Amino acid sequence: MSVLVLVEPGEELSLQAISLARDLGGPLHALAFDASELGAYGVETVHVAEHGQLSSYAPGAWAACLEQLIDRVQPSAVVAAGTNRGNEVLAHLAARRDLPFAANCTAVGSDGTVTRVRWGGSLLEEARINSDLKVLSVAPHMVEATTVNGAAANVERFEPELGEEIVRVVEHAETPSAGISLAEAKVVVSGGRGVGSADGFGMLEELAGLLNAAVGCSRVVTMAGWRPHTDQVGQTGTKVAPDLYIACGISGATQHIAGCKGAKKILAINSDSEAPILASADYAVIGDLAEIVPAITAELRKAQAS
Amino acid sequence: MRILVCVKRVPLTGGKMVLTADEQALETRHLGFTISPHEECGVEEAVRLVEEHGGEVTVLTLGPAEAEEQIRDSLANGGDRGVHLVTDGEEWDPQATAAAIVETVQAEESAGGGFDLIVFGNESADSGNYQVGIRVAYALGRPIATGLKGLSVADDRARCEQEVPGGRDIYELPLPALVSVLEGINLPRYPSVPAKLRARSKPVEQRNPERPAARLEKLRLVVPPGQGKQAEILGNGPDAAPAVVEMMREIGVAG
Ligand SMILES: Cc1cc2nc3c(=O)[nH]c(=O)nc-3n(C[C@H](O)[C@H](O)[C@H](O)COP(=O)(O)OP(=O)(O)OC[C@H]3O[C@@H](n4cnc5c(N)ncnc54)[C@H](O)[C@@H]3O)c2cc1C
Ligand SMILES: Nc1ncnc2c1ncn2[C@@H]1O[C@H](COP(=O)(O)O)[C@@H](O)[C@H]1O
Repeated sequence: MSVLVLVEPGEELSLQAISLARDLGGPLHALAFDASELGAYGVETVHVAEHGQLSSYAPGAWAACLEQLIDRVQPSAVVAAGTNRGNEVLAHLAARRDLPFAANCTAVGSDGTVTRVRWGGSLLEEARINSDLKVLSVAPHMVEATTVNGAAANVERFEPELGEEIVRVVEHAETPSAGISLAEAKVVVSGGRGVGSADGFGMLEELAGLLNAAVGCSRVVTMAGWRPHTDQVGQTGTKVAPDLYIACGISGATQHIAGCKGAKKILAINSDSEAPILASADYAVIGDLAEIVPAITAELRKAQAS
Repeated sequence: MRILVCVKRVPLTGGKMVLTADEQALETRHLGFTISPHEECGVEEAVRLVEEHGGEVTVLTLGPAEAEEQIRDSLANGGDRGVHLVTDGEEWDPQATAAAIVETVQAEESAGGGFDLIVFGNESADSGNYQVGIRVAYALGRPIATGLKGLSVADDRARCEQEVPGGRDIYELPLPALVSVLEGINLPRYPSVPAKLRARSKPVEQRNPERPAARLEKLRLVVPPGQGKQAEILGNGPDAAPAVVEMMREIGVAG
């Protein structure tokens, strides 16, 4: 039996979803909204949906496209990337068909079992999807996007039957980007309760300036109003993946680590040599961050000058 | 406006995930409990809308007897009344959860009038199923916008804002509608002592739904590898600065 994958326009994570979908076995069909070249990823047929109702994003319209392809290709599973839209569309599909839906899977077994992430990645669950048609999304950055020696995919354009969708994007407001984005920074200097105040972040910003880094923070900091929520790293904040993450006065709660464990290296600066963050960090300096951070800044200035 | 907010009791895990011997749950004997930050913001958003437009905020949870604590916390933050769907502590799968919520909404609405808005977190903190709100929306035949960072209501319409790369996507839903929200949509208030005291005497109605068989069936939980590294100590106090800069050079980030 075949597998149907939702491919979002310009979304790298969809390629990871395709790669996991291959593990389910059977010919791969993709629902796409542009004629992306997906043969290299093992897709046999790309079904390109074309309809006026698809001119702006409407989750119900995407789910209706999936439904019509399900009826046509009779897949054993429907897979999407665990993006905001991927999870949303699959939840719409599951609700329409009264099917179970397993969000953010990292592996699939042949027997209908999956491994999925909980707690933003701090815990895994092995689960069984009790239905003939399996609906599942693939957790971002947990599966590599790999190519196979596939021929170019067939491209089949189709016009789905779509009604009016109330829930759709009716307007897009651009916001000018300010500085280095947290999600993409190569270095992140992050502060927690140990920074002590909004003003305390001045020294973190100074260090960040020298390193071309973004400034992040813990939830305690945003709740105290010291920094905006856009700076929060963690399960309910931003996920970061820098080369170096510097955690200053952050204890290392699992919900914080969920947001920074994608970092190549973590440096913890903490006065408590028993802080849990030391079990997630690669390097640590023990002591008062109010002394240590300015000392690192001074040392770095010296090094950069010479 | 009549607004319903759905919140879920979850353990406040610290620095480590520890499982029970049967691998079915987190070991919570030494842990406190809370709700997802998204849901905290959901309560705050509902309370602000009612402060602006008038009305009432009902807080619903499906969970064990102890979950009344999370209802009371939400009532201390401005909710008016609670509905507690009492379970035996077993986890319900998202389809079962949604069905129980739908049944309750229908009963509540035929008794007390419709909800203009039903508010969810974008995802539950512990199981992260990303679907309960959407299932409830379909069962009720109402629209839902998810993952909101902005919400305002005027003329029986909800203007819903999502943060997307480079800007915001806007949805406009006719009421009655459902929404799911993300932390950051607002900064929730801290409850005052009098508010906590008042919350104790606010009404909480109990119901006892039956748990159907799970269609997304949990087999076991697994702690992912990577917990329990041992950091290399580069030094103590400001004297460690040269070692830190040396490390930055080695990994190529010293600028
Ligand atoms: C569902 C859920 C989601 C959550 N999502 C997030 C999230 O996205 N992001 C997040 O961060 N949290 C999140 N949290 C909260 C999380 O559980 C912790 O409460 C939070 O991360 C703790 O922040 P902190 O480390 O700054 O504070 P604390 O835990 O209080 O730690 C402060 C640390 O600073 C150290 N310190 C104090 N003074 C100094 C000093 N002078 N010099 C050096 N070190 C010092 C202390 O030793 C301590 O280790 C979430 C919680 C839940 C339940
Ligand atoms: N047991 C529950 N009781 C009340 N609301 C819930 C429960 N489980 C999930 N929800 C609501 O549904 C949202 C999404 O949950 P989920 O689909 O599990 O990610 C949560 O943020 C809550 O608002």
